[in-house]
Amino acid sequence: MKPAPFDYYAPRTIEEAYKLLAEAGGGATVLAGGQTLMPLLALRMSQPFILVDINKIDALKGVTRVTNSAGSRVERRASGGPQGEAQEAPSTSATRIGPVVRQNEVIADETLRRCLPVLVTATRHVGHHQTRNRGTIGGSIALGEPAAELPATAAALGASIEVRSVRGTRRVRADEMYLAPYATALEPDELITTIEFPDWPSDTVPLFREVARRPGDFALVGLVGALAIESGRISRAGIAWFGMGPVPMKARQAEAALTGQSVAALDVQSIAELAVADTAPFDDRHASAEYRRTVGRRIFARALGEALNVRQAA
Amino acid sequence: MSEHKIELTINGRRQQATVEGRKTLCDFLRVDTGCTGVHVGCEHGVCGACTVIIDGLAVRSCLMLAVQTDGCAVTTVEGLAAPDGALHPVQQALRDEHGVQCGFCTPGVVMTLAALTDGPKRPDADTLLDAMSGHICRCTGYQGIRRAACKLASKTGAEKP
Repeated sequence: MKPAPFDYYAPRTIEEAYKLLAEAGGGATVLAGGQTLMPLLALRMSQPFILVDINKIDALKGVTRVTNSAGSRVERRASGGPQGEAQEAPSTSATRIGPVVRQNEVIADETLRRCLPVLVTATRHVGHHQTRNRGTIGGSIALGEPAAELPATAAALGASIEVRSVRGTRRVRADEMYLAPYATALEPDELITTIEFPDWPSDTVPLFREVARRPGDFALVGLVGALAIESGRISRAGIAWFGMGPVPMKARQAEAALTGQSVAALDVQSIAELAVADTAPFDDRHASAEYRRTVGRRIFARALGEALNVRQAA
Repeated sequence: MSEHKIELTINGRRQQATVEGRKTLCDFLRVDTGCTGVHVGCEHGVCGACTVIIDGLAVRSCLMLAVQTDGCAVTTVEGLAAPDGALHPVQQALRDEHGVQCGFCTPGVVMTLAALTDGPKRPDADTLLDAMSGHICRCTGYQGIRRAACKLASKTGAEKP
């Protein structure tokens, strides 16, 4: 239960950090909040030669608003996708969050409460008060735990992840970041430098539901997203599941079915069916795949129904 | 394997030390500084017994490296009671409400409650009870701990039933 020996470095700049990662040739691990990495080190499931502690890099902290999106085009992964270069309507403003922002700082941040209420709600469900005091948004995004709230939230809201290495800077779309449980599009020499959430229209309804045995446990089933509503119609939908497959699962069919629909005429049940069709839950000791699908269908219908009722009543 | 000089404040006393990079904060506090009130239960961040206060925030000391506390102010359960032995309000509340049985988890519980109630704003009962979900107690059945937490909460928050 003690970490294997390693060399510890605490660089002050992003450049120093990614140089260390490059020099280590895959033998280094980045230490952010440490709330997952420290147990892995203690159990010796992870035995890096070099630990690069990024907590002293001021450039990786803080929340900023940006209003220019010309320079923030999102690069697709080299392997590409069948969708090609389908580009969403460019947003004019966004919120950039440094990866070392603590989860409890996300919850308390006035800008995030105003601009990204869904992210704040989701972050309240990450771990416990004590781990959120250390755990970071970037650490959770980089780890890619399939039942975690933050990767799914980033994927649902259309976030992009800026990563840097000695080879340069690139952006990865959050919905293309996750390849398999704990496997991401990040190369071993790359460091997350910013997580950027595009602004949604002002009239956006949040969706969030999580089913877990106890507060702070990993989700058995979770759902996060947002619906933008313009004059009675859903103009944009972003929805993702967590704990419902090997990676955050985007509910693409449900998003497509919701987009353009009139709020008053929605068939909630059939959209819930579509939403669950985009999942790949598994059996484990906590719940069966069938249980997850059943619960998923119900929480989706409930969340959507409540969100739209609130809209209609307002 | 790297060694590092650190300087930090532990329970109000400035200290210097040399630590191996891989040494966890809980091992450093217990072995190198004698703060054996830091209880180490699971050593992987689940039980909460090793919780200490770092710069005002409750954190699990098994999930931090000692080297990371360079320049920090660390408070352990040894640093809470007054020099004359008068208990901290959190300790007194746990005593009054029988929130202690074997005492293994207690230092962690105390540190979380102390960090939250000594802050600038006194939290409501919901906040304190939610924070208690980060601690595992195998004796008390939590009822005494819950009563103590509610007693410490601000009266504007949700009251216990």
